[in-house]
Amino acid sequence: MTVDIRLAADTALLADAEEGHEEHHDTASIVTLGFWIYLMSDCVLFAALFATFTVLRGDTAGGPTGREIFGLPNVAIETACLLVSSFTYGMAMIAAERNRKSEVLRWLGLTLLLGLGFLSLEIREFADLVHQGFGPERSGFLSGFFTLVGTHGFHVFSGIIWMLVLMAHVAYRGLTPENRTRLMCLSLFWHFLDIIWIGVFTIVYLLGAA
Amino acid sequence: MSVEFVSLVPCRACHRNSQATLPASVKRGVDASGRYPVRGLRRALSVAALLGTAPLLGGCQFALMDPQGPIGAGEKSIIILSTVLMLIVVVPVIAMTLVFAWRYRASNSAATYTPEWEHSRGIETVVWLVPCLIIAALGTVTWISSHRLDPYRPIEAAAKPLTVQVVSLDWKWLFIYPEQHIASVNQLALPVGVPVKFLLTSSSVMNAFFIPRLGTQIYTMAGMQTQLSLLASKAGDYRGISSNYSGDGFSDMHFTAEAMSGKDFAAWVAKARASSQALTLASYRGLAQPSERVPVRYYSSVTPTLFHDILNQCTSGAPCRDAAMNMAMAKEALGSSFRLCTTTNPMGMNPIGADPRGMQ
Amino acid sequence: MFGKLTMSAMPMNQPIVMGAVLFMAIGVVVVLGTITYFRFWRQLWSDWLTSVDHKRIGVMYIILAVVMLLRGFSDAIMMRSQQALASDGGAGYLPPEHFDQVFTAHGVIMIFFMAMPFIVGLMNIVVPLQIGARDVAFPYLNSFSLWMTISGAILVNLSLAVGNFARTGWLAYPPLSELHFSPDVGVDYYIWSLQVAGIGTLLGGVNMITTILKMRAPGMTMMRMPVFTWTALCTNMLIVAAFPVLTVTLGLLALDRYLGMHFFTNAAGGNPMMYVNLIWIWGHPEVYILVLPCFGVFSEVIATFSGKPLFGYTSMVYATICITVLSFTVWLHHFFTMGSGADVNAFFGITTMVIAIPTGVKIFNWLFTMYHGRVRFDTPVLWTIGFMVTFTIGGMSGVLMAVPPADFVLHNSVFLIAHFHNVIIGGVVFGCMAGYNYWFPKALGFKLDERWGKISFWCWLVGFYVAFMPLYALGLMGMTRRLDHMDNPVWHIYLMVAAAGAVVILCGILAQLVQLYVSIVNHAALKDVTGDPWNGRTLEWATASPPSFYNFAETPVVLSRDSFWDMKRRGVAFHPPVHYHRIHMPRNTGTGFILGVLGGVIGFGMIWHIWWLVLFCLLAGLAVVVAHSFDEDRAYYVPSGEVAEIEGRHFQQLMPQAGD
Repeated sequence: MTVDIRLAADTALLADAEEGHEEHHDTASIVTLGFWIYLMSDCVLFAALFATFTVLRGDTAGGPTGREIFGLPNVAIETACLLVSSFTYGMAMIAAERNRKSEVLRWLGLTLLLGLGFLSLEIREFADLVHQGFGPERSGFLSGFFTLVGTHGFHVFSGIIWMLVLMAHVAYRGLTPENRTRLMCLSLFWHFLDIIWIGVFTIVYLLGAA
Repeated sequence: MSVEFVSLVPCRACHRNSQATLPASVKRGVDASGRYPVRGLRRALSVAALLGTAPLLGGCQFALMDPQGPIGAGEKSIIILSTVLMLIVVVPVIAMTLVFAWRYRASNSAATYTPEWEHSRGIETVVWLVPCLIIAALGTVTWISSHRLDPYRPIEAAAKPLTVQVVSLDWKWLFIYPEQHIASVNQLALPVGVPVKFLLTSSSVMNAFFIPRLGTQIYTMAGMQTQLSLLASKAGDYRGISSNYSGDGFSDMHFTAEAMSGKDFAAWVAKARASSQALTLASYRGLAQPSERVPVRYYSSVTPTLFHDILNQCTSGAPCRDAAMNMAMAKEALGSSFRLCTTTNPMGMNPIGADPRGMQ
Repeated sequence: MFGKLTMSAMPMNQPIVMGAVLFMAIGVVVVLGTITYFRFWRQLWSDWLTSVDHKRIGVMYIILAVVMLLRGFSDAIMMRSQQALASDGGAGYLPPEHFDQVFTAHGVIMIFFMAMPFIVGLMNIVVPLQIGARDVAFPYLNSFSLWMTISGAILVNLSLAVGNFARTGWLAYPPLSELHFSPDVGVDYYIWSLQVAGIGTLLGGVNMITTILKMRAPGMTMMRMPVFTWTALCTNMLIVAAFPVLTVTLGLLALDRYLGMHFFTNAAGGNPMMYVNLIWIWGHPEVYILVLPCFGVFSEVIATFSGKPLFGYTSMVYATICITVLSFTVWLHHFFTMGSGADVNAFFGITTMVIAIPTGVKIFNWLFTMYHGRVRFDTPVLWTIGFMVTFTIGGMSGVLMAVPPADFVLHNSVFLIAHFHNVIIGGVVFGCMAGYNYWFPKALGFKLDERWGKISFWCWLVGFYVAFMPLYALGLMGMTRRLDHMDNPVWHIYLMVAAAGAVVILCGILAQLVQLYVSIVNHAALKDVTGDPWNGRTLEWATASPPSFYNFAETPVVLSRDSFWDMKRRGVAFHPPVHYHRIHMPRNTGTGFILGVLGGVIGFGMIWHIWWLVLFCLLAGLAVVVAHSFDEDRAYYVPSGEVAEIEGRHFQQLMPQAGD
């Protein structure tokens, strides 16, 4: 009985080893799982920053409160940029599914532009605040605000660099299995940043300006 | 009087008012002038203590096992009770480890060998159940004792509590007696039998206020107030320390807690009142500068708001935290466009950057 | 040009420090000289520095751990001797600013650069073998993690020669660690060495979880995994969940120090209590990160040397999972004296005690594994039994301190020091030593000398009790930790005894070095030809010692828990397969090494405010990563002929054995 199972398993194993392309499938699922686990650790990182911000929210030390400095229209445009960029990234993934390389590149390019738009709005907001004397060194509240929002912004920046490199990969080598895995990972990353932004938008801006 | 000496002689002789009751064996170690034993004898006693009495925890050098107040006594009994509860399982485990290892050694072919045996429902039930029961008992002890010995809980006693404000400075202790309007550095006087309510904060880094013989320590933190109630039931000089590392001068950051009769306490207060120094904001700023091994010092008067100002971090002239917080709350309630006018800001100017104490 | 760095950063006027620096420099010169003399550079680069082989990476982690053990232990000797000399009114030989660095460095080095690399090294060597994999899931990442850890360790040690180290205690509580109270580079060394090493550790955790979840041999279900692999899985989950909190905490402290922010400052709304909470949210899981794999080692050792399966495997697995989850619910017990309410204190006290339940179950299960067994007293078993006794005592003092009112008097006393050395030496160090003796023949192909191993064990065990039992007593006398001098003749005697204990431990460490030396000299006699020197039960013993770089010529198929034992019972172990196949393996690469070096240089630039260097290294790192991503020739096939040849040599060695 046990010998039968062993033989059956052995046979399956041999078949796997003979077929080279089976390994690629495996690699993709391993890489994706690994990336998921990394994202979970990033999630913990943001959780710690959210907690820090929440603790320091009231510690304005005579400086401005959220209500005095948050411009909701600006934030609404930022949010729109990111949400739409998630959609355009989704379109890139669909195009990749259909093996349309140039379409993938176009959608990625659009995503990149939206990401840049988000970043430039955020940088402008930060620059304005610093200019008014409300930089991160003004109070615990502002330290928490700049760090939480800035860390998210830094992630978006990294995503943009990654996207540039990946576009070069796709342009240069096409939609190889390896590049598909990379597209998948960046997709997870990009949507993850969207979800974090929803948290930032709600906890920092909406609750702060209410 | 050095507190370290206290740890040498058996318990009843630990306190300065009880020398008359010294047992003869110890009196021999005390020289003619009533001073404490010479170093050689100290060493001999210490070695004897180490070799003989250490396991019994009976000697009074074990400060935590020889408490001089109800808080420390409660904690001592919790330590003993918890240890005994745990020994119920720890002793058998250690015994079984050694017995099993020896009995089932490879060379002992007489012992049973069951190479496939790996599970027993009965044993597994017991090994989960026994720790669960012990922890259930200990958990109950924990819940009850955590509430009974909560540092913030006032001590029930006939006498009216005495309030002492404690400030940890780099690297010395400041004790303010708000009811007596006096203050002292590195010396804490306590009337015996009177509950003392400590309000504690720090001028700079974190420290912990701890008098081992009286029990419970508590952190002192800048901008934060912690509380602690202690009671000394016997007169004596007790060693007080900082038990949280606070930088280079930490090792010398200790004080003497002198528990004394009501009469002696009144005399002590009078002595402090006779001091030529007064504790004002200016003299506090000088005191707060880092210094080590500061000798005992008394202040005949204290600026009444001093502890408040230390706590709210406005001894330097910066706005007090509580005032700033009130301002922020007012702004939050009224909106930022609303110009607030206060006593320090009569024109209702933008309060940011205002310095209500700068004029002092 | 060089930021804050000037020649005055070298502590030329401090003879003790310069002596240590000279000693270290001589060590480095000797090592480099030896490599040059034996013309080993090329081989070092191609076989080790660029290696992505999990076994070699594991060995390098353990070499790091052993070197750091020597450094951390010399700090320990300095502390013990200072307290012994300066407890009777004397001043000792270390001024406070030096003593304070010594105890900070001791804690940081022992936890981050001794215990962690040792544990990670053991997991690296053993886990892929135990699950029948060819390597970890991400071999390049593994190499990167190693070199980041080494860079962090180098930064800590560099602080001895250039600048100084933190004088804050190993967790660098603010406000003391803020710029206002610690204006020199000590805390910056602390922050950046831990950040650099921490990133390596975090990514190593991601790697190991993926490996265990995805790369197990066919038939190895979760409940058939060896217990060491289970504990490795739980530990790495803790790493992934806890280390980001450390990264954030140190990052925020860095922002306070570098950009004048107010997270943990006294002024402008900062909140130092938040740091204490955050650092312990990482810090408490950290102790389980260290001890869980050691529990795994003991489980493997006790089963193997009792000639029985582990008693209560299922209980063991669930106990491990319980500990993993509960370890996140207890952090506040590190600061009961901060003034939380009675309800909060009692809650965290009780959750802490609850962890004692699964831990107690584990101890019982090891006991009943010996019961009705045939216990062979080789060195790994001695460490295991020493652990069971010692750890039980340490656990007892730990549960005692979990009762808040007991902690109110014992907190921060040397009783606490005795407690956590009792569990960390008794649990983690003994576990590492058991694992080191147990898996050494697997990793390097020959056993360690038994006689010196046993001498080392007895020195460690006796030395531990002599060094730390007096500290329990001193704690009850009200002696607090981190005192550089005191005036108390009673304490003096106890501290002299404790210092003597440290000397006995030193003998244990020296005996270990002698053991290693003697074993290398006699390696021919100690050679492990079968690959199964201890009559093992799990898959790592099913291949040669040391395993060839692909681990298994044919991926094993798992039919039961102790799968190699099962193979031996069924008579299918030690048999060459009928056919050999080509094997897909990753190529070595210098990427991880280069990135690790850049990481270390970035840390150095941040410490000394050399911004151009930081920027340059960041861009260089990015370029290296991008270039690596365009390299498609990262793996190759080992031809079946080569596999057959390597395996043939192994089975040839095996044959005379099989004929006995």
